[in-house]
Amino acid sequence: MKIQLEVNNASIAYGDKEVVNRVSFTLQEGDIGSLLGPSGCGKTSLLRSIAGFEPLSKGEINLQGCCVAKPGYMVAPEKRRVGMVFQDFALYPHLTVADNVIFGLRGETKKQRSERLNELLQLVDLQHVAHHYPHQLSGGQQQRVALVRAMAPRPDILLLDEPFSGLDVELREQLAREVRDILKRDNITAVLVTHDQLEAFAMADFIGVLGEGRLRQWATGYDLYHKPADPFVADFIGQGVMLAGTVTGANRVDTALGMVEGSLSANVADGDRIKLLLRPDDLLHDDDSPLQLEVVDKAFRGAEYLYTLKLSDGSHVMCLVQSHHDHAIGRSIGVRVHADHLVTFPAD
Amino acid sequence: MQSDSLELKIKTAFQRPAFNFLSFGVVALCLLMALPVMVIVGYIFVPAGDVWQHLADTVLKDYVSNSLLLMLGVAIGVLVLGVGAAWQTSMCDFPGRKIFEWALLLPMAMPAYIIAYTYTGLFDFAGPLQTLIREMTGLGYGEYWFPEIRSVEGAAIMLSLVLYPYVYLLTRAAFLSQSICVLDVSRTLGNGPWRTFFTVALPLARPAIIAGLSLALMETLADYGTVQYFGVSTFTTGIFRTWFGLDNSAAAAQLSAMLLLFVFILVMLERISRRQAKYHHTSQRHQAIVRFKLSGLRGVAAFSFCFVVLFLGFLLPAGQLLYWALTTAEESLDLDFLILVWNSLKLAGLAAILALCLALFLGYANRLQNGWLVKTAVRVAGMGYAVPGTVIAVGVIIPFAAFDNAVDAWMDETFGLPTGLLLSGTLVALLFAYLVRFLAVALQTVEAGLGRIRPSMDEAARSMGCKSQEIIRRVHIPMLKGSLLTALLLVFVDVLKELPATLILRPFNFNTLAVRAYELASDERLADASYAALTIVVAGILPVILLSRSITRSRHEDTT
Repeated sequence: MKIQLEVNNASIAYGDKEVVNRVSFTLQEGDIGSLLGPSGCGKTSLLRSIAGFEPLSKGEINLQGCCVAKPGYMVAPEKRRVGMVFQDFALYPHLTVADNVIFGLRGETKKQRSERLNELLQLVDLQHVAHHYPHQLSGGQQQRVALVRAMAPRPDILLLDEPFSGLDVELREQLAREVRDILKRDNITAVLVTHDQLEAFAMADFIGVLGEGRLRQWATGYDLYHKPADPFVADFIGQGVMLAGTVTGANRVDTALGMVEGSLSANVADGDRIKLLLRPDDLLHDDDSPLQLEVVDKAFRGAEYLYTLKLSDGSHVMCLVQSHHDHAIGRSIGVRVHADHLVTFPAD
Repeated sequence: MQSDSLELKIKTAFQRPAFNFLSFGVVALCLLMALPVMVIVGYIFVPAGDVWQHLADTVLKDYVSNSLLLMLGVAIGVLVLGVGAAWQTSMCDFPGRKIFEWALLLPMAMPAYIIAYTYTGLFDFAGPLQTLIREMTGLGYGEYWFPEIRSVEGAAIMLSLVLYPYVYLLTRAAFLSQSICVLDVSRTLGNGPWRTFFTVALPLARPAIIAGLSLALMETLADYGTVQYFGVSTFTTGIFRTWFGLDNSAAAAQLSAMLLLFVFILVMLERISRRQAKYHHTSQRHQAIVRFKLSGLRGVAAFSFCFVVLFLGFLLPAGQLLYWALTTAEESLDLDFLILVWNSLKLAGLAAILALCLALFLGYANRLQNGWLVKTAVRVAGMGYAVPGTVIAVGVIIPFAAFDNAVDAWMDETFGLPTGLLLSGTLVALLFAYLVRFLAVALQTVEAGLGRIRPSMDEAARSMGCKSQEIIRRVHIPMLKGSLLTALLLVFVDVLKELPATLILRPFNFNTLAVRAYELASDERLADASYAALTIVVAGILPVILLSRSITRSRHEDTT
């Protein structure tokens, strides 16, 4: 495997304001990475600097081992062999779907072009609209045209800037999986920018969570959820609450929920005051449990109810329960903690 | 790859704001475009001697009161015609509605001075109507009452008939973009169509109505041909008289400055209401409008209203012109007329091309360099549309004549070669005045076109390996083509119709269609003026077609 993209200590500044601060990550050939974060976290600026539209103030970016950007130096976007899919798709309204797709092809013969066009349209199942204009297509179709247009010149890396945000919610996850299949089939290296974690989970092999310009964690979706590196990631990914507690002996934490047992990481010691992350799926419903908590709120999710429960000290925890267990607000239900691995952060 | 770094360094240095060649060029151009207005405003402080006192004692009161009266009359006229027609064609359904939708724009093609003299021909003592009355009743001169068309009221009616489309267009757009739900809510709360109109639709459309009204009033203030022909003393005729009759440029400039003050108030009014209009949309999504079906008498009433407006504003005067043209075809269609047409085409074509080039320069400068300096400069360069042609002409001729005199004196002194008039009295001065007045028209169209090319489209092209020239060739030119042609056409037709500035600034013995039509009409040779007038009207129909096409297109997009 060779390294396709290497971002090394990259910073981006607008005037005095640094919007991206010393970010580093690498992508192997064929990997799909995602930059995930709330709006204003710098993820789009970072993507645009990989594409060549933003200069770096510190650090460097290497594509296929060649430096394409460092402070005071940047290779023009048209010479980087990157493909980019824009949030608004940026399809050319004066060109047909076919002409849009072959826009970036140069140097090929007419025959090669039409072969590539057919191959790409087949890939996204759009042969029947080849001669339509973009405004005649649905949002999902436009999105796929934008995708194959960026793929057509066989770029070294494909960049996607919130490519699903303009689409209906129901379409997004399905399209994200479709796009992943297409990219994987052609072994294309890609970076996806999004604020939607489900999109990132559906598409990416590795996800970088950005907060306030810093890369908080670069990991798989599973690890982000189960082993968040800091409270920001823990809060941003999935749902959960932080419970104040004290480490009491090996693998035991004393909290308002009682004694919680599970493996602790090595860097906490007996007697440390910590915050314990509890996900809704860490609490199991059990009518026979001695731990009975009052329901203060509940949200119907179809298969499950998400209950908000009140602890004796007034703090809340959340619990996912199969929806045939319908308990009224104000009643108490029995729960027990079931967590193998305890995620803790130092108390403030 | 190292070579790119240099290119980039140059580019980033160029993009650093503050000062560079691009913004320097934009600011210089904008100052040039603002020159006439600055000259006029500067003249406020130049003493005009006793002429001013004389004006103040005698005619100034008339200028002010007539201008105000005219504005009041036109305001009432365009509001009734414009809002009424807009409501009926956008919210109601009656026989012929689809045709009226675009046909009601046709009076825009009719310059006010042309409709004024056709009506004079129709309603004058010797006109067909009064002749008919005399024949039927046997009464003679002075024995019956007939409204005098050549009066302030007459001028107000003439101007209303051709200026109401401004109100009609903007109000109609406002009605169509109003969330239909708002109207439905009113109906479900028990209000009938009339109550809904007065309590919901009209207040919601108010900013658009006021914006249209201020545009119509700006045109009213700028009008010279109609009021001059009707013998109504207003600011514009006063400026002419002071300039040519009293030969006092300072007093003429000061009258212009007073007129500018009126215009300024209208511009502010328009700006403010346009800004409010943005906030008056309570919801983004709107379904297709369910129109009130008007049948029976109510349908007849709606049809009659729209038909009478269209008939009086376009069909009748155009028919009269056509009739005159047919009866005078033999003597009018001669070489002189062809020269006239060629002069007008040449002038309008040149002005249109120049305006387009400047608009493209300003539009791209604004796109490349989004600083406040360039933005303000571009706005200033686009302000000329509000300034009456008479005022611009005075503001052009004063500095140009001063320049000519200075150059002439210097050349004579140093080389013994007097140069005479270099700029004033030439086509240069005339073209400059046209650019000041109509650059805004081209700029607006070009900027709308450029706005459709989103920055991401440029970036997509670059990421697919296109250099700047290639992006211009493959993306910008094909996408802008339509806007550029529209801009050309709009400026072309506006220049063709322009009268007062042409009258003041044209070179000696240089005639255009507008000037000739006006001159012949002033000499009471109404029928002889018809060919020139008809040519202007026919050319004026082209932008109306464009406008109505863009209206139908936007409605199409609504329904898909």
